Amino acid sequence: MSAAISPAALRVTGLQKAYQDVVAVNGLDLEVRAGECFGLLGPNGAGKTTTVEICEGLTAPDSGEVELLGLHWNTDADQLRQRLGIQLQDTQLSEKLTVFETLRLFRSFFSQGPGAAEAIALVQLEEKKNSRVGNLSGGQKQRLALACALVGDPDFLFLDEPTTGLDPQARRQLWDLIEQFKSSGRTILLTTHYMDEAERLCERVAIMDNGKQIALGSPRELIASTCAEHMVAFSAGAKAHALDIAALRRIQGVRGVRSENGTVEMQVTELHLAVPALLAELTRQNIPLTELSTHSATLEDVFVSLTGRHLRDE
Amino acid sequence: MSETTAFPDVQARAAERKTPRGRTFSEHPLVQLTIVRFLETLREPEALFWIFAFPILLAGGLGIAFRNRPAEVLKIATVTPALTESLQREKLLSVQQLSRPSAEEALRTGKIALLAVPGANGAIVYRYDDTNPEGRTARMLADRAVQQAAGRVDPVLSSDVLMREPGSRYIDFLIPGLLGMNLMGSAIWGMGFTVVDMRRKKLLKRLVATPMPKQYFLLSYVFSRILMLVAEVGIVLGFGAWIFHVPVRGSLLSLALVCLLGSLTFSAMGLLLASRAKTIEAASGLMNAVMLPMWIASGVFFSAQRFPDVVQPIIKALPLTAAIDALRANMLQGAGLVQLSPQMGVLGAWLIFCFILALKLFRWR
Repeated sequence: MSAAISPAALRVTGLQKAYQDVVAVNGLDLEVRAGECFGLLGPNGAGKTTTVEICEGLTAPDSGEVELLGLHWNTDADQLRQRLGIQLQDTQLSEKLTVFETLRLFRSFFSQGPGAAEAIALVQLEEKKNSRVGNLSGGQKQRLALACALVGDPDFLFLDEPTTGLDPQARRQLWDLIEQFKSSGRTILLTTHYMDEAERLCERVAIMDNGKQIALGSPRELIASTCAEHMVAFSAGAKAHALDIAALRRIQGVRGVRSENGTVEMQVTELHLAVPALLAELTRQNIPLTELSTHSATLEDVFVSLTGRHLRDE
Repeated sequence: MSETTAFPDVQARAAERKTPRGRTFSEHPLVQLTIVRFLETLREPEALFWIFAFPILLAGGLGIAFRNRPAEVLKIATVTPALTESLQREKLLSVQQLSRPSAEEALRTGKIALLAVPGANGAIVYRYDDTNPEGRTARMLADRAVQQAAGRVDPVLSSDVLMREPGSRYIDFLIPGLLGMNLMGSAIWGMGFTVVDMRRKKLLKRLVATPMPKQYFLLSYVFSRILMLVAEVGIVLGFGAWIFHVPVRGSLLSLALVCLLGSLTFSAMGLLLASRAKTIEAASGLMNAVMLPMWIASGVFFSAQRFPDVVQPIIKALPLTAAIDALRANMLQGAGLVQLSPQMGVLGAWLIFCFILALKLFRWR
């Protein structure tokens, strides 16, 4: 990494933004380091998009500071626009134009960067070069949107929910592309409500809820600091109401228990000890087991343990 | 492809940014925006129909319906042989002798324009609807025939010279009206719909997130509008001249200036109407509310003089009235730019007013 580049590519301090009576962003501080992929996570309505649009210079904050690549929106807007790559949430590009025509248009706005054909190759849309945008699949449209963001050869890339609404295969394809771009010294700010996306792509993530940051760190750190390594979930079916939760908490290796709609979720450190103990306890309580599953703890579990809610609850 | 060649590192990018390479004409953002704007219009079959086919169909249909025909023979009826005989002297009347009830019936249902019946003491009674021009004409023709048959001699000799030359027919009146209507419709719809559609799809927001100079966005509309204008005006005028021999007596240059100014004015109105609307429904409601009164009042299909004197100043101040008046004066009377200055002034005032207000109100999102 060059010394000429400031270690903080984006620094946000005390950001505040309200729409009528809804506070979208409530005193947010963020720092994105040059060259990292930083994830902004949270449920819908957490204030992610508002935060990103303020950073992109599309929305004016009520108060607070944004310093991007060492520049400021009120004095260096033109310079910033040249150096940013932006993908907005649900932009529909003109359906009547072809992929090539769309990129040729976006390329004309920037003083440098790959040509339209080169940008098409970057996102592997060569076969669709002369197709109308209206005939592309959802994943192809998202890749085109990504190409539009890359066509100015940006130093800083904003990706606002790049894979929302895509099928798993299209998501993985897009992730591969984003991973390639990371390796060339670009800084990326990515918002998502898919935790697996953040775990896969981001060096660090900030979790937002109700316009505030509630956690910050690498995905591993966050998981380690807020919950145990493993999650065990089971369902007790019709007898769920008879379950003695307090007894479950006393099992060795169990760090926390949540019960919701007949499903019980437990945070567990030593899976090999906790599961047999859980089965014995359920037998003792005479509770039949209808479902049992375990998985390694994820950012989703971090969010649940921080807020008591699931990310996708809307 | 290796990643290092695909994505030069940050320093190399920064160095290149300081010395951007020159770009060709077609790489200029204004050229690209104009090309895209033009392609999008061409790839919209509905828009092409309304801009090109519709005015021609309308002009063709109305031109045929209202073509000037030789003076029509009017149908009248009588109930006595004597009256029938004296009325048959008039060649412009077609006389039928009917029984009284069926003659009454024919008059009531409009099959005849006039019924002549004998009155008391050898007098004649004409029965007709005086609000129907055919009835009034038939009354005059019938009475002249009856009086002459009875021996009246006109004290003054008269003769007719007939004029049926281009420039004074309905189609000559209609073509400039349709041209003005088309200028308004294509500019307001072309501007309004596309801008609102782009706002709805968040494409406007995406564009301002790039370094695109915002004035280029507007200018691209102006340029693509001018390109379309040449075709639009050319087709309507060419059709009028070729099929109906509608004259263009003024200079083509001043005609072009009137069209250009009119189109820019209506584009500015379209921009104003589209400055805030977020849905196509809201925008088309606004556009129709603005255009409908002008279609009716501005003299597209019939002279605006038919409206009461009280509202004439308002009608004269409408941009479509100004555009159509200027087009008619140029095409039919051969008026030059000096004579057109009042209309050009009205258009210019609307242009400035709408454009400034639109810039103040415009939202990119």
